[in-house]
Amino acid sequence: MAKHPNRKQFRWHIIIFLMPAVLVYTTVMIYPLLATLWLSLFTEVDQTRVFVGLENFKTLFGESVWSDQFWNALVNNLWFFIIHMLVQNPIGIVLAAILSQSKLRFSSVYRSAIFVPTILSFVIVGFAWKLILSPIWGIAPGLLDAIGLKVLYAPWLGKEASALTALSLISVWQFVGIPMMLIYAALLSIPEEILEAAEVDGITGWSAFFKIKLPLILPSIGIISILTFVANFNAFDLIYAAQGALAGPDFSTDILGTFMYRTFFGFQLQLGDPHMGSAIASAMFGIILVGVCVYLFGIQSRMRRYQF
Amino acid sequence: MHKPSQNRLNTYAAHGALMLYTLIALFPVFVIVMNSFKTRKAIFREPLALPDGDSFSLIGYETVLKQGDFFLYFQNSMIVTVGSLFFILLFGAMAAFALAEYRFKGNMIMGLYLALGIMIPIRIGTVAILELMVQTGLVNTLWALILVYTAQGLPLAVFILSEFMRQVSDELKDAGRIDGLSEYRIFFRLVLPLVRPAMATVAVFNMIPIWNDLWFPLILAPAEEVKTLTLGSQVFIGQFVTDWNAVLSALSLAILPVMALYIIFSRQLIRGITSGAVK
Repeated sequence: MAKHPNRKQFRWHIIIFLMPAVLVYTTVMIYPLLATLWLSLFTEVDQTRVFVGLENFKTLFGESVWSDQFWNALVNNLWFFIIHMLVQNPIGIVLAAILSQSKLRFSSVYRSAIFVPTILSFVIVGFAWKLILSPIWGIAPGLLDAIGLKVLYAPWLGKEASALTALSLISVWQFVGIPMMLIYAALLSIPEEILEAAEVDGITGWSAFFKIKLPLILPSIGIISILTFVANFNAFDLIYAAQGALAGPDFSTDILGTFMYRTFFGFQLQLGDPHMGSAIASAMFGIILVGVCVYLFGIQSRMRRYQF
Repeated sequence: MHKPSQNRLNTYAAHGALMLYTLIALFPVFVIVMNSFKTRKAIFREPLALPDGDSFSLIGYETVLKQGDFFLYFQNSMIVTVGSLFFILLFGAMAAFALAEYRFKGNMIMGLYLALGIMIPIRIGTVAILELMVQTGLVNTLWALILVYTAQGLPLAVFILSEFMRQVSDELKDAGRIDGLSEYRIFFRLVLPLVRPAMATVAVFNMIPIWNDLWFPLILAPAEEVKTLTLGSQVFIGQFVTDWNAVLSALSLAILPVMALYIIFSRQLIRGITSGAVK
């Protein structure tokens, strides 16, 4: 650490270095966050703000006009998350495991190519898949026909039963690059000696992966899970781009993000309601907070860390 | 230990699996871009054929460039992205330096306070952000977006940059102090150049999410003259939904700038992720 000869002098430069970041961060992020939580305790009566305590939450969780939508969005959001955990992360891990094999040629080409969807905006991804899955254009049915599975085709995005799953899988397609990259990095950081020692004991190939590498990359899998959780419970763009603010058909793809947008910003004939919107945002905040706490105190602290 | 033939089989299987997934990853992009160069008839009749002399057409691009103000949108996106990155890097590096370099009361707490935002998404506060921007008259200006993205990017930037700044040697800075350099000069002249790789990592991490964001442009800056490319293409495609040529061309035009950014920065991005900058 630096030594400072004249300790008594007030060190203004520390304040000056910290100030811009703290100022912007506090006014544009922390203050609005707290203000939103605060706003959820109010409502508007005759154009004035009235304090109502937890009334908004009672309405949101209990009155069927609101609560039906809320629970629908929450359950849909959970399903969205489950699909990511079951499909995106395992595929990412398998791809990373294949890529991390030593002496695999072109591995950086594969890596860059598989990461391409991740950099595209939701608008591009949403519309591109909408067109490809569209029965009018016929690319999806045509491809299924080519492998003899045309019977399986249905306009997935237009059907209530399958639209949410289809959108989740599109999102998986888009973001598989992130777990792949993080796991790849974790796999590369495993020292050669450990793998060589295992090889001497006759543990190679996939059994080396499951018995040695997988336990060692568990912390990274934990990080991916929490990143996925936060991103999923905060998602909005893809659903909005592909299905619009109404998250059709018949709200079957409605998640918390789209529900909050409709509520506070208004749509079609419904006027925006910032107070109910804040209540939904507060509920999302609570859900994310619970997730992060479960991760920090329940998972991360129990995970063994290996020092190499 | 391994039989060579089995080894080769494994390699083939690995390449097979990776090629299959690469195909899945790139196919939609390829189909969209390819069909944007075809006539309407050809798009529907043979969606998977490359454009040839008969089917080649730029009609979609003509519509897009006539109807939508894509150059303006592009310029807006550029200003917002570059402006936000500038402030994230400058303010982030300054705060990171203060936290990494000086021991003072509240250092730990300040570090934790700034780190809070790594896990909490800024979108939760949207309702109050909109009110704030309305009160300050910043709604429908690019400044609203720049401020929000700066606030959003700062926590991770401070976290990553302070890790790197702790590794800058004390001798160098103390030598600067003996030579009579002020603390500001030590920061700008000695430390900043040394953490340039970390700054690049932070920039690349932030660039793509800012460029692609739809939520804040939609809520804070939906006016025509401040639309970003992402929002602009969303609205445009929504209006021209039945004009397939125009939609495919608009999508291709929206893909182009991100792909260019990715090709320029992909090594930096991949190195940043795999070097474990985010732990």
